[in-house]
Amino acid sequence: MSILEYNGGAVVAMKGKNCVAIASDKRFGIQAQTLSVNFEKVFEISPHLYVGLPGLATDTQTVYQRLKFRQNLYELKEGRSMSPKAFCAMLANMLYEKRFGPYFVEPVVAALDKNNEPFIVAMDLLGCMTTPDDFVVNGTCSRQLYGMCEVLWEPNLEPDDLFETISQALVNACDRDAVSGWGAVVYIIEKDKVTIKHVKTRMD
Amino acid sequence: MILANTESNSSLKSHNTRFNPYDDNGGSIVAIGGDDFVVIASDTRLSTGFSIYSRNQSKLFKLSKKSILGSSGCWCDTLTLTRLLNARMQMYLHEHNKEMNTPALAQMLSTMLYYKRFFPYYVSNILAGIESDGSGWIYSYDPIGNVEKCKFRAGGSSGVLLQPLLDNQIMLSNLQNIDEQPLSLEKAIKIIQDVFTSAAERDIYTGDEIRIMSITADCFKEEKIQMRKD
Amino acid sequence: MLSTTKKLENTGFSFDNCLRNRFLEKNGFISPKGKKTGTTIAGVIFKDGVVLGSDTRATDDTIVADKNCEKIHYLNKNMYCCGAGTAADTFQVTSMVSSNLELHRLNSGRPVPVIVACRMLKQMLFRYQGYVGAALILGGVDNTGSHLYCIYPHGSSDRLPYTTMGSGSLAAMAVFESKWKPDLSENEAKELVKDAIAAGIFNDLGSGSNVDICVIRKDSVEYIRPYECLNEKGIKRGNYKYKKGSTALLQSHTIALHLEEEIIQTINDGSSMDTS
Repeated sequence: MSILEYNGGAVVAMKGKNCVAIASDKRFGIQAQTLSVNFEKVFEISPHLYVGLPGLATDTQTVYQRLKFRQNLYELKEGRSMSPKAFCAMLANMLYEKRFGPYFVEPVVAALDKNNEPFIVAMDLLGCMTTPDDFVVNGTCSRQLYGMCEVLWEPNLEPDDLFETISQALVNACDRDAVSGWGAVVYIIEKDKVTIKHVKTRMD
Repeated sequence: MILANTESNSSLKSHNTRFNPYDDNGGSIVAIGGDDFVVIASDTRLSTGFSIYSRNQSKLFKLSKKSILGSSGCWCDTLTLTRLLNARMQMYLHEHNKEMNTPALAQMLSTMLYYKRFFPYYVSNILAGIESDGSGWIYSYDPIGNVEKCKFRAGGSSGVLLQPLLDNQIMLSNLQNIDEQPLSLEKAIKIIQDVFTSAAERDIYTGDEIRIMSITADCFKEEKIQMRKD
Repeated sequence: MLSTTKKLENTGFSFDNCLRNRFLEKNGFISPKGKKTGTTIAGVIFKDGVVLGSDTRATDDTIVADKNCEKIHYLNKNMYCCGAGTAADTFQVTSMVSSNLELHRLNSGRPVPVIVACRMLKQMLFRYQGYVGAALILGGVDNTGSHLYCIYPHGSSDRLPYTTMGSGSLAAMAVFESKWKPDLSENEAKELVKDAIAAGIFNDLGSGSNVDICVIRKDSVEYIRPYECLNEKGIKRGNYKYKKGSTALLQSHTIALHLEEEIIQTINDGSSMDTS
């Protein structure tokens, strides 16, 4: 068994029309045993920038705290907020620094950049970035998510449609994975607001 | 010091590899059963490791007028299994003077797989058939003969990718405020084509061409659709 | 504060997690490997320069992780480098060497010889005994002419007129061996590299999608991405847009964002810029 599957969990992000969405399940378990159904893997970095860290839960939290620490230092030093691109470069370098003793997380970043253009990135645990035009997935049910998203995603989805598409992709994918699910949360990021929706799912 | 010791031990163990009689030749199968039809599809890519053996090998076997078997995994096992199946069906035909019906065939396949419980056929089978009342059903198997009767199933190398989509689109799982309509053959074929398109995008073992076979009360149809070839 | 900034300045790899990860592995929790680029990359020297080519698929085991990734990396104005192997390694190695080459160029005030890049890359790879899993094709033009190098993960290198690497290297080399000839014209070279990459794309499952090509001449570079789209996604027949309200909600709340205008102040008081 891979250590990435020890706690379970999945994150997906999608581009829409002038908006972007990121969603994760809420399970925290130790292998097959579910311990908590309120463990979110998506974190706010700045109002328009969110990061999802599926993988080993201890590393999810450690990496998030170290990211926040470095981001705070950057903002104190530079006197400006971090751009999504700079944030991703920082995260990628942080992960690659541990090339030979990695953190077991596979990050997903979703943001609106300074021109309010959608921006999504996925990384592997060594910090190799991929920046596609449609969607990114990571976590224990990434294969199921790839299958769902390839069919469901289409260009220029409005925020409401994007919400339906991303939640259906995540929820149905999680239903076919034993170690993720137990609730889901979706963030829809728009220019003037962020909507956080908790989706009803199977709890088994 | 201790770490160094464990490493030398494990590296010794790893040299102790045996001949492996199995190969994974990839390929995907999707089957959907409706009220008055059954449809089953496979891709036509046969591969091993990073190379392609064939771009033109359907994994569907029309066993009788009422049933089609889709079989993927270790191709040599598929061939042996289907040859044996055909022989057993012929024996049945001569003994009982009628073609084997779908439930009987499904049971026989399960028995034949379990017969090799400790040296299994390394294949994932999906049997699609019309039953006596005219309705279409799918029987899906694991390599050692566990069988499940259901209305739809995705199997093979991209089964994991496609099954949640079938749950969502056919069983309408996780959907509310939806008016449920009976599934038509046209819609089923449309869904199959779209899931294969998506499987070809993401699964390296699925591609080249889709073969779709459908059976209704009065006709059998076969269709070919091209997919990406990389 | 001072101590924390100092700590951040530490460079090189960190091995903090190694003991823990070793322990986990001993208990049967396998360490996952990074994303691989099961790849076809190729390069040829032609009359007035070098042509580099690559496919654009990145794989994660048997799944395509990226359908259109960039495998020809910038090193300097006059040289580029194709990467195969562990995706994170090829990216980081080329970008680190790229920085050092730029410093070298600024220091010496002349175009960097390609052999300098080759030496930097192989020394870096040799230092890590093959654990940095990057297989590279380096191509460039300098004052001494056109050069093409093939660098292996352990740090050895070849200097060749035409070469291929990655999981599709045999398919691509088969094309080179049958069609290559000395002193190709630019167009012939581009088409030859395209055919070689296409052979990899279609016959190697680890390679796929499009062909990227980079032409490096004496005074110019042309990066063509994509050079040719060999595989398009099939067209969807059904409509998979959901009716609004299809997904059951437990709760929903909205955070309104009132972003104040961002004002950029230019500070110019004559003192030198703080670059600490």
